[in-house]
Amino acid sequence: MMITRRRALLGAALSITLLAAGCGGSDDSDSGGAAAETTVSEADVQAALDAGGAIKVWAWEPTLKQVVADFQKKYPKVKVELVNSGTGNDAYTALQNAITAGTGVPDVAQIEYYALPQYALAKNLTDLNTFGASGLDGTFTPGTWNSVHAGEAVYGLPMDSGPMALFYNKEVFDKHGIAVPATWQEYAAAAEKLHAADPKAYITSDSGDAGFTTSMIWQAGGKPYTVDGTNVGVNFSDPGTQKFTGLWQPLIDKKLLNPVPGWSDGWYQGLADGTIASLVIGAWMPANLESGVKAGNGKWRVAPMPQWEAGGKATSENGGSSIAIPEKAANKTLAYAFLKYATVDEGAATRAANGAFPATTKELGSTEFLGKEFPYFGGQKVNEVLAASAGQVVPGWSYLPFQVYANSIYGDTVGKAYLGQGTLQDGLKSWQDASVKYGQEQGFTVK
Amino acid sequence: MTRRSWIGWGFTGPFLAVFALVFLAPIAYSAYLSVFRTQLVGGTTFVGLENYTKALSDPQFWEALTRVGLFLVIQVPIMLFLALLIALAIDSGRLYGAAFFRISIFLPYAVPAVVATLMWGFMYGSRIGLVGNLNESFGWAIPDPLAPDLILTAIGNIVTWEFVGYNMIILYSGLRVVDTALYEAAAIDGAGQFRIIRAIKLPALRGPLVVATIFSIIGSFQLFNEPQILDTLAPNSITTYFTPNVYAYQLSFAGQQVNYSATIALIMGVVTMLVAYLFQRRGMRGAER
Amino acid sequence: MTDTLTIRPAARGAQRDGSVKRRHRSITLTVITALALIYSLLPVVWLLISSTKTQEGLFSSFGLWFSGDFALFGNIADTFAYQDGIFARWLLNTFLYVVVGAGGATLLNALAGYGLAKFNFRGRAAVFAVVLGGVAVPPTALAVPTFLMFAKMGLTDTPWAIIIPALVCPFGLYLMWTYATDAVPDEILESARVDGAGEFKIFFSLATPLLAPGLVTVLLFNTVVTWNNFFLPLIMLKDPDLYPLTLGLYSWAEQASTVGGDVVYNLVITGSLLTIVPLIAAFLLLQRYWQSGLAAGSVKQ
Repeated sequence: MMITRRRALLGAALSITLLAAGCGGSDDSDSGGAAAETTVSEADVQAALDAGGAIKVWAWEPTLKQVVADFQKKYPKVKVELVNSGTGNDAYTALQNAITAGTGVPDVAQIEYYALPQYALAKNLTDLNTFGASGLDGTFTPGTWNSVHAGEAVYGLPMDSGPMALFYNKEVFDKHGIAVPATWQEYAAAAEKLHAADPKAYITSDSGDAGFTTSMIWQAGGKPYTVDGTNVGVNFSDPGTQKFTGLWQPLIDKKLLNPVPGWSDGWYQGLADGTIASLVIGAWMPANLESGVKAGNGKWRVAPMPQWEAGGKATSENGGSSIAIPEKAANKTLAYAFLKYATVDEGAATRAANGAFPATTKELGSTEFLGKEFPYFGGQKVNEVLAASAGQVVPGWSYLPFQVYANSIYGDTVGKAYLGQGTLQDGLKSWQDASVKYGQEQGFTVK
Repeated sequence: MTRRSWIGWGFTGPFLAVFALVFLAPIAYSAYLSVFRTQLVGGTTFVGLENYTKALSDPQFWEALTRVGLFLVIQVPIMLFLALLIALAIDSGRLYGAAFFRISIFLPYAVPAVVATLMWGFMYGSRIGLVGNLNESFGWAIPDPLAPDLILTAIGNIVTWEFVGYNMIILYSGLRVVDTALYEAAAIDGAGQFRIIRAIKLPALRGPLVVATIFSIIGSFQLFNEPQILDTLAPNSITTYFTPNVYAYQLSFAGQQVNYSATIALIMGVVTMLVAYLFQRRGMRGAER
Repeated sequence: MTDTLTIRPAARGAQRDGSVKRRHRSITLTVITALALIYSLLPVVWLLISSTKTQEGLFSSFGLWFSGDFALFGNIADTFAYQDGIFARWLLNTFLYVVVGAGGATLLNALAGYGLAKFNFRGRAAVFAVVLGGVAVPPTALAVPTFLMFAKMGLTDTPWAIIIPALVCPFGLYLMWTYATDAVPDEILESARVDGAGEFKIFFSLATPLLAPGLVTVLLFNTVVTWNNFFLPLIMLKDPDLYPLTLGLYSWAEQASTVGGDVVYNLVITGSLLTIVPLIAAFLLLQRYWQSGLAAGSVKQ
């Protein structure tokens, strides 16, 4: 899972989906459509495992390495080739190029939730109902299960999830006598207090991140995107969006946000030296703090995501990936066997044990998972907070079927607001206009 | 054809064969792509020259083109002027350790653009980078080089750093082939150093300068690596249509508009060739005098 | 100008060295030029100093000075040990691409440059125009068409996807063309032909030694291009075992933005240093050759 950067840095998605076939999108608009019939039974899958074969998996998620080793041990006749084909956008470029060229398409590919609709729409992925995947309903958290659906069709199995929480540097908070904010109002007050106490310190950093913005609007109950097949709506003037801009615009105006771009070396440094005192971010963050911010060892804690109303219990997802089977995969049955092993069966537990944040209700509810004490977080049972967040994700969110492009132009449009040129609301309006224009050019019916 | 002709083609053939495969075939393919339009919904249709008319009235394309045009008329002369000064200084024979200067100033050329941009990106950091260190230690107020109004200058500096030594070497090499007897004759006539530079050295450098300028023109119009890599550090200063090449790249990889992207690439090819050709004609007309 | 062109590069070099000694040196000029030197070396010094720091040291110390502990050797060892020593593999890959790619490019450049310089055949001017035209089209924009073609030929994700494009270096062609024009006198060729030697024998046994400085120059420049190649491998290669150094370092840097990915800026920096050292060494060791090679190339139009 990778964090949404604004531009397809050296690689991006889906360029030429329809080029080689010359027709892929076609004019049937049922991509939100009905489920395929189950044609491959569990017994067939088991038979394929017994018969053996080879599959190729393209993924960048580090915990899959162990899963692949265990899988091959369990099914000695199956050979899995795990290839890190790049991260995020780089991986999509590779996948799209392979699909377009029609050669070298992997059997299994990691795809982030926000990018999945694009592949689904272009019919580049196998509808997993062929394998009876709809029977897995209830296995995954509602948020992630919803993310892999397009209508009745299931285009991937959730591999991990990113329910949001507040990660904060307790040492910095304590030093300046700042209480952990439970609401966004308290958060804004804390931002002011912290920066006044130490002009070098900021409550958080934000230089404009499409993924963060959409997750914030999501939590506030906004639904800027409506998708029904090829009928698409984009509207950033809804109340949810305004809640977010009402909170965030003053923080920008008062220069209370550290403008260092996320995931740069300066960002890691800020997290290490306490000048970025907290992050509202996905539940996958602990592993990154542990590896990238060693100086923060013992200082960080996790708290629930601040709420819009005191006592509220609403969260949203930030990032997260599924694994899917491309339409042109050579060995789909074995691929599905691997998907299921990695996301539902033993693999899910293995990955959770190795630091990934699971998407399955079983792992999220296991006492071993919930009771794990994190030395980095001063012994806090971090997963209790994060798992609670996973159960409170506001339902009904959807991404655009061209979200990869939309996110790539976030900086061109909303980014200006972070430089003091216009307001967030202005920026979101021009983001909306550009997205609408692009959607129309691509043949969507855009409201 | 004569036998000599055949032999000539025989020597040149292998290069041309690979060149055709690596350069000409993709260009031809792009030309083919440029007359179609592919939509996510609706598939591929033949649109004739529509992509070209669209490009010519596309404000983002013009903004990008204007920006590299500005870069070309400001950065290139500065870089070449610096390269010329250094080449003349080293060639003057009046430097201590001239060989050390020559090789050291050339060295940045060997640094990959990825690494060069990483290094400068660090130094530009106005909070934790060198600029930040300096502002803090000495109470200076160097403005943020990655802010929107300075970003082009910051990129110009990286490009200058990478290529000033390379151009210096080309010019210096041009100076080395001037017959020293000319200098001695001029000295006997009582000409000073600056006179010699004006009357002998600069005219001798006309050819190398034209070559260096043409390569710089191509480089400016194709500006890509530096803005693309700096984008992670200055996401709001560098738009997705910062230069024509960045724009073509964005269209093709994030925007799924391969056809339009191919159109932009071909237009840029024609513009680059035209400017390089006009410059070369002007530059060489003088030389033949 | 025409007079000087008949003098061979090496001869000119010797002559110049003699005249230099007679001028007196200037401290003022040296100091002024030293500013350019500082400008050129400053980022390299930063890289050098940074590579002595640990991950924590990088974040907590002044950029242009050393942090407490000197971790250069630890960093180098870690760079080579990280991910089962894949850095060494990338280094070898890069060598392979350079030897076959840049070496082959130099051979093709030499053949073509010599052919263009010494055989006044029909279509020669067209060759120059076509090559210049090809160079003017931005290669990044051609990446997707190139990928699709290569995929159809089954070349993607193989070393050939890097080597074949590396075989073409238009700048090298230009250098060899101008160099061969002066360095190989027509009279020698004529007398060899009178003796009945074949054209390709003449090229390899007679012309090649004369072209040597030009060959070294072109080889070095082709090496730089191949060594620093980044965009093409990014598009063409999936298998990390085939990566060149630039792409490998990029993948390490990218880990910082991957969940659960190891943040290894210190190894990225040390790896960057190790990546540029061989090139710099090659330029230093061979500077006598390439400088005289360039000298001849630069005068001709």
